[in-house]
Amino acid sequence: MANVHLHKLCIRLGGKDIIRELDLQVAAGEFLVLLGPSGCGKSTLLHSIAGLVDMDSGAIEIGGRDMSDADPSERGIGMVFQSYALYPTMTVEANMSFGLRIAGTPKAEIRRRVARAAEMLQLDALLGRKPAQLSGGQRQRVAIGRALVREAQVFLFDEPLSNLDAKLRAELRRELKLLHQTLGSTMIYVTHDQVEAMTLASRIVVMDKGAIQQIGTPAEVYERPANRFVAGFLGAPAMTFIDGALDGAGRFVGGPISLALPAAPAGAGPVVLGVRPEQVEIRADGPLQGEVTLVEPMGNHQVVWLRCGALAMSALVHDGRVFAPGQVLGFAIDAARVSLFDPADGRRLGA
Amino acid sequence: MTPPIAQPVIESMMEQPPPLPLRLPPPARARQRSRRRRLTPARIGIYAFLLMAAAFFLLPLYVMIVTSFKPMDEIRQGGILALPHAFTLAPWRQAWSGVCTGAACEGIRGGFWNSVWITLPSTILPILIGAVNGYALSFWRPRGARLLFGILLAGAFVPVQVMIYPLVRVMALAGIFGSLPAIVLVHLVFAMPVMTLLFRNYYAGLPDELFQAARIDGGGFWRIFLQVMLPMSLPIIVVAAIMQVTGVWNDYILGLVFAGRDNLPMTVELNNVINTTTGTRQYNVNMAATILTALLPLALYFLSGRWFVRGIAAGAVKG
Repeated sequence: MANVHLHKLCIRLGGKDIIRELDLQVAAGEFLVLLGPSGCGKSTLLHSIAGLVDMDSGAIEIGGRDMSDADPSERGIGMVFQSYALYPTMTVEANMSFGLRIAGTPKAEIRRRVARAAEMLQLDALLGRKPAQLSGGQRQRVAIGRALVREAQVFLFDEPLSNLDAKLRAELRRELKLLHQTLGSTMIYVTHDQVEAMTLASRIVVMDKGAIQQIGTPAEVYERPANRFVAGFLGAPAMTFIDGALDGAGRFVGGPISLALPAAPAGAGPVVLGVRPEQVEIRADGPLQGEVTLVEPMGNHQVVWLRCGALAMSALVHDGRVFAPGQVLGFAIDAARVSLFDPADGRRLGA
Repeated sequence: MTPPIAQPVIESMMEQPPPLPLRLPPPARARQRSRRRRLTPARIGIYAFLLMAAAFFLLPLYVMIVTSFKPMDEIRQGGILALPHAFTLAPWRQAWSGVCTGAACEGIRGGFWNSVWITLPSTILPILIGAVNGYALSFWRPRGARLLFGILLAGAFVPVQVMIYPLVRVMALAGIFGSLPAIVLVHLVFAMPVMTLLFRNYYAGLPDELFQAARIDGGGFWRIFLQVMLPMSLPIIVVAAIMQVTGVWNDYILGLVFAGRDNLPMTVELNNVINTTTGTRQYNVNMAATILTALLPLALYFLSGRWFVRGIAAGAVKG
């Protein structure tokens, strides 16, 4: 277990700023998820923590020691890659023990650690196999085992589940969370999948264009997005943005929507209202009217798309009501939970 | 691996009385068959051309083989395409251990062994050094690697003949001219561009993450090369070996110039046999000696044609 501190990290690759002046504090034992669209610099950030990418300026501290120029093997890290990156000519056992053999660990100790990792990951029966004889999920388990036997201070995951099919992904996701609960190690996990981020993280770091947009618990980041980018990136179906203005008396008016906001910031002026699907409630006595354009049944709930003036909004319905396209419905917006953004720079307004 | 369903399918076919054969709808089937069977004029033309081309290239080989088994009397009677009447192995024995190669008359077996001793190190060393080059260029990417690689490739376009005289001077200065190390060194230098290219392209096709994983595991330059990359390189090593063995074995000019009188390769000895001006020309012995010289590359082509094509493709497409 170790903490990780990044100070004013700058990385340029091929003459382009990938990461600019980035500060990040990862507490010991934390499961931190770096979330962002592809090309946002999250993988580069992870690789720089691992020492696989050279940084141009700044400092990296792992467990209180400056590791800015340390070799990857000296940083006390274990890393799991998207493509598994197993050594194809070695057996599962040799794959897991390669690092320990290089470090000159005594044979008995190597055997003990490999046996323990194999037991935790249910790889006991596969130790003699080559990677080509394993399924995708088994290969990724071996890659995790390879990081485990190093007894690393910090585990780094670079989109480890992206190559797996949906069912395996959910399964291995639960295993990873259990593993973190068992080991209590610091884990830094890169993904573009918001479900992985929400379910695994103790804190999420949302990144875009080489800069951190927001850091917070999954609930904070989801409920109170710091800006329009975060608000739009998290959540499916996405948040609906409505251009409008505050009238100075705590009321939002925009297009067909007029809504009294209990926590509206003082003053008048243009704002953007952000409404998540679950903040829209379809009910007969709702103050607003919308026409159903599309219904997406999801099994345990359904997504109903409404047209309200020029706006397209989605609403979550958790009961068995049946809606048909063309039907006109009343609905209400939960004014206590909506978000307001500055139309100029996209910042969140108010509390 | 055969799919696991294969076995039950076969079993069920054996158990059940008349199984309904799985078949395509009749029209599609008929059309497919007719397309495959019908001999169109275009197809006849293609076959005719292929047969002629094959005959064109195989005819000399046929003449060589039949001539090498005939006694000289029979050859003098003409009938170059006729099969041997009095089949004899004497020309082969003569070519291997009795024919005159210049002053000595000990056959071309000496040349054979010289070629073996030149080819072995001239294959192993370029492969090893080319593999290290390709590995360093693909994964460690030292400063100026692209420039170095460019210069190396440019070297591949300079004709060998241009370099011979300067190389002779350099070798003479180093005091190794006309020796086994000299000829091996020359082959090594001339093989570097293509060997480096071959391995660089092969390693460029491996995922970078594999290298990164090995770095995190604590592997250094040589350990990652020897324990991770080299064991994965078998396919490209086979390709490189085929290219290098045939290239070195078939070389004439470099062997003639650099190897020295004691190490002349088989190709040079063969030339000496055939260009002997005294006495009658022993066509049957000449043919046997030529086949003996060509035997190793020929066998290599036949045994490894698939790999050889792959090597050409690797060099051509990715370069």
